[in-house]
Amino acid sequence: MTRVHDMGGRFGDGPINPEAEDAPVFAEEWHARALAVTLASGFLGQWNIDVSRHARERLSPKDYTRFSYYEKWMSGLADLLVENGVLTLEDLRGGGENEPHPLADKMLKAEAVSAALAKGGPADRPSNIAVRYSVGQEVVTTRRAANRLVDGGHTRLPIYASGAKGRILRLHGTHVLPDSNAHGLGEAPEPIFAVVFPASELWASPEHPDDEVVLDLWQSYLEPA
Amino acid sequence: MPHDDHDHPHALLPPEPALRVKALETILTRKGLIDPAALDEIIDTYQNRIGPQNGARVVAKAWSDPAFKAALLENATPVVADLGYYGRQGEHMVVVENTPAQHNMVVCTLCSCYPWPLLGIPPGWYKSDAYRARAVREPRKVLAEFGVTLAEGTSVRVWDSTAEIRYLVLPMRPEGTDGMSEDELAVLVTRDSMIGTGLPKVPS
Repeated sequence: MTRVHDMGGRFGDGPINPEAEDAPVFAEEWHARALAVTLASGFLGQWNIDVSRHARERLSPKDYTRFSYYEKWMSGLADLLVENGVLTLEDLRGGGENEPHPLADKMLKAEAVSAALAKGGPADRPSNIAVRYSVGQEVVTTRRAANRLVDGGHTRLPIYASGAKGRILRLHGTHVLPDSNAHGLGEAPEPIFAVVFPASELWASPEHPDDEVVLDLWQSYLEPA
Repeated sequence: MPHDDHDHPHALLPPEPALRVKALETILTRKGLIDPAALDEIIDTYQNRIGPQNGARVVAKAWSDPAFKAALLENATPVVADLGYYGRQGEHMVVVENTPAQHNMVVCTLCSCYPWPLLGIPPGWYKSDAYRARAVREPRKVLAEFGVTLAEGTSVRVWDSTAEIRYLVLPMRPEGTDGMSEDELAVLVTRDSMIGTGLPKVPS
């Protein structure tokens, strides 16, 4: 099983109601603050991107569904700050210490923002795991979409594409494996591929016989067809 | 271990979202863990400096320069980095080309992955449950809600951004744009045309 965030293909969500192209980047001022507080806290270096995605995904299904986008970010962040010992529960209640924090020397300063954002955080790493598939080869995704290292843990194979037959479209190189990296188990880099699936392999009633869906999938999510 | 305790720390913050953000910002600032001026800088970056105008420049150049387009489709990351477009959420770029036979569309069903250095922060609809749920299963119905109808013989390829690779759609150059400069072309390139939920503007 995966979690509530894994909603690809789900029925019942209704129309999309897209905003106009010239709508403000941040609909509310607090959305902008939420994004900025989250990014700035990330630069304290106490977690990685996979840990922070998982923090949002493991909100209770009830919270995940009722929270707006940036409320999920804020809640995930509050949980991470406490779980990683950056803040205490007492701090969140508003009664914590005011003394300088041991991590204060890691604080992202205004003058460092531009360089920090421009530097990014690439996910490619050298790996000694041999590339098992070549472009054009048929593969099948693992039958259950699930983290194989931690039950209920983070994974990037959506349920809708589990147990499906596709074809290798391209090799992206070797990248950090989120299933491991989200749980402090190391980066465990391995080959990752774009895999193309006919829509008819994924859906009971595809819209068009030639439609396709492409997913980026790690080698350990795949078996030879 | 996944933490599934039911008294999540976030429940201790004020329930109202704007107050919740303010509370966290205040606590972190008081402890010297975040610099409010750095927050202003981050916001200014994504509100005013990094946005779809970057991607539009890449598309206009690809429409104008066949060698650039070939290099872009072959290995986009260094090509767009040469134009100054690299950074957070754009470390591994792939550009996919629309043709009369195939239309491309990008989604992130699991969260909200999006090519920040080229398009900025994703719009609300891109992060909505409805788009995330439906884009992979019924892209044509989704496109219709954006006012886009594809030709009968055009197939749709939806890219679900499940890893750290970020996708940009290279839309087809509109008719009636012969002889236009890159600057003139860039004005025609909409954000949605680079996500694949729209088409470029047609010159009036």
